[in-house]
Amino acid sequence: MTSQDSGEVLSAPLVIEYPFTRTTGPVIGAFLTGLRERVLLGIKGSQGQVLVPPTEYDPATGEELTELVEVGPGGVVDTWCWVRTPMPKHPLQHPFAWALVRPDGADVGFLQPVDAGSPEVMATGMRVRPRWADEREGTIHDLECWEPA
Amino acid sequence: MTEIELPPALVGKELVRSVRTPARLEYTYTAGAATTRFLTGIAQGRILGERAPGGKVYVPSRGADPQLGLPTSEQVEVSHTGTLTSFCVVNVAFYGQGMEIPYTSGLILLDGSDLPIMHLIQECPVEDVRIGMRVEAVWVDESEYGPTLESIRYFRPNGEPDRTVVQPGAGVTW
Repeated sequence: MTSQDSGEVLSAPLVIEYPFTRTTGPVIGAFLTGLRERVLLGIKGSQGQVLVPPTEYDPATGEELTELVEVGPGGVVDTWCWVRTPMPKHPLQHPFAWALVRPDGADVGFLQPVDAGSPEVMATGMRVRPRWADEREGTIHDLECWEPA
Repeated sequence: MTEIELPPALVGKELVRSVRTPARLEYTYTAGAATTRFLTGIAQGRILGERAPGGKVYVPSRGADPQLGLPTSEQVEVSHTGTLTSFCVVNVAFYGQGMEIPYTSGLILLDGSDLPIMHLIQECPVEDVRIGMRVEAVWVDESEYGPTLESIRYFRPNGEPDRTVVQPGAGVTW
């Protein structure tokens, strides 16, 4: 323990970290590969609906899904919530919106940060476009956030 | 498994197969009064225990006797020499280890204490480590003493004859 004397009782920072590595499987692996290549992927469900991010199985029927399709790049905000005070692990360190963003061609939205500057700019139904990270390595962070289109 | 159909944009690209997803928790650890007393002693190069009304000396003390539920109010300085009561040879590398394997982690019952502390056993080949071995603390340079058990680098054999180990808890009646 490193010392950090706060009055009479000692206290110190304590960090617990577990270095998990997860295998992605073929579907999420393809989705993350797409992000690295600046391509958004969904998957065609049993009823023809397009799910983003792609799932391995249809959420309603459990049927195995295999048909990945390109969606976006633009999208629509289905609903949103403004974050006034970002937490240290949030993707943006200034106020932003968490939004369900439904990429063009998809039938469902997924939770994404929108860098809108101000809550007045945000609206359900607004058009957004992706902002890609400069250095992409095949993780969800390759899609940095969305911005008003 | 059924083949996945990739869209044209991804055909021929090297596919992502795994991602690193570390889980990290950041705390401020507060030692509490009893551990603060112990660590303050360590920062002065002393190993302090506390005696419970029943006579047992705990190192480090948590401030109360777990058997009697009474405060351990009397401070006792214990020896820097003790007996190895149990040990584990670590042969498996793990994240954040910071040690070369194999190495030995041991429970050391310091002379004058009734509770062993856990620390590293060094300057002894792992195959020679044994229960009952007498060991002594090797401290960092005095200028580097701090309120951390890392002020003691490790324990090493001191050459005294082995002692018979009575496992802690043996003979305890509740």
